[in-house]
Amino acid sequence: MSRFGHLVARDVRLALSGGADAGIALAFFVICVTLFPFGVGPEPTTLARIAAGVIWISALLASLLSMDRLFAGDYEDGSLDLFATGPLPLEAVVAAKIVAHWLVTGLPLVVMSPLMGVFLNLPAAGTGVLLLTLLIGTPILSLVGAIGAGLILGARRGGVLLSLLVLPLFIPPLIFAIGAIEAQIAGLTPRPHLLLLGGLLALAVPLSPIAAAAGIRQALQ
Amino acid sequence: MTPDAPTPRLVAEDIDLMRGGRLLLAGVSFRLAPGQALILRGPNGTGKTSLLRLLAGLIKPLAGRLLWDGSPVSEEPDRYRAALAFLGHHDAVKPTERVARTVAFWAAQADPREAEARAVLALDRLGIAHLADTAGRYLSSGQRRRQALARILASPSRLWLLDEPTVGLDTDGVARLERVLTEHLAGGGMAVLSTHQAIRLNGAETLELSPFVPEPLALDA
Repeated sequence: MSRFGHLVARDVRLALSGGADAGIALAFFVICVTLFPFGVGPEPTTLARIAAGVIWISALLASLLSMDRLFAGDYEDGSLDLFATGPLPLEAVVAAKIVAHWLVTGLPLVVMSPLMGVFLNLPAAGTGVLLLTLLIGTPILSLVGAIGAGLILGARRGGVLLSLLVLPLFIPPLIFAIGAIEAQIAGLTPRPHLLLLGGLLALAVPLSPIAAAAGIRQALQ
Repeated sequence: MTPDAPTPRLVAEDIDLMRGGRLLLAGVSFRLAPGQALILRGPNGTGKTSLLRLLAGLIKPLAGRLLWDGSPVSEEPDRYRAALAFLGHHDAVKPTERVARTVAFWAAQADPREAEARAVLALDRLGIAHLADTAGRYLSSGQRRRQALARILASPSRLWLLDEPTVGLDTDGVARLERVLTEHLAGGGMAVLSTHQAIRLNGAETLELSPFVPEPLALDA
């Protein structure tokens, strides 16, 4: 296995052995979605109208939940010093940690989302596209969140700061994802929205590790 | 330099080091050839840790150059990072990771080939083979230090940068460290270390940092 592979495996292992860590995002997602019928009333047409937005915003908040710990643990125990002085470029280290974060928090949300769709009476026609948007979208959330996680290293109350920094950046993927789902439900093609969402992912994949690594280097100075 | 002296691989030229808006060290110069070790000495707060972090590439010098194999480290940081192993104040111990796994992971980050075998050997040399299956949270501070040293030993790096490696070690631990260091140097390795404790190391040169401090230090009472 390569250095990158070893690192992904280690981070997934650490997240899973941390016990609660991995389950928290998923539990938060489910509870957050569940609260809405209590808040807006159980009327099926109302729920169907807001289902896509509720699921997406819940997923977005859930993926932010553990984001402030993405580098913090390694920063505090000195592991980040070792990564920064090791042969694997820091950008690749960041990319590996993002992959691990997505596998542990993003992927379970994607898998759980159709059930949440049924729960909120999301029109059946939209379920496939909902899955697809989350499959493209949750990696964007992990990637963009990582930039914030790199910037807040060493800051006090970093978690709150992270949300303020990153949440506005989640607006574009949210718009395109909801656009795709609504288009599909309305009988139109979701293709342009999905392409734009894919474009955001293509942009975030190379840029986010560079930006996050720059933030980490600053924190280690 | 006399013609029969070994060619230095690590050269520091007139390095100025700034920390927290204060000039900590000025004009630090030294040369290190294969088989040589340099022991940094100086009172608390002189800048031993900062200098080691600078040598590890974590801090940029205010002025001066660091050369590895004749070319500036700032121009080819990857080649330099592939050759060094860094031990900081923190031991990078994860509470849930078992000792053997942690050491094997870092060995694989240094060089993925036969990392496990090198890790097993290193644990044995540092006298913690019996702790291989122990989780990090159950280690004493001396055992954590030994694990961190095992990580260094398991890497094929030529240059060891050790910040107070003896902290927390008992007499057996220090003896093992001396033995391991001596063998590393005999094999053509190099080491820069800071320590307040007496350490027996044949042929090690001492670099007293006090003369490089530009102004009288205001030491904490």
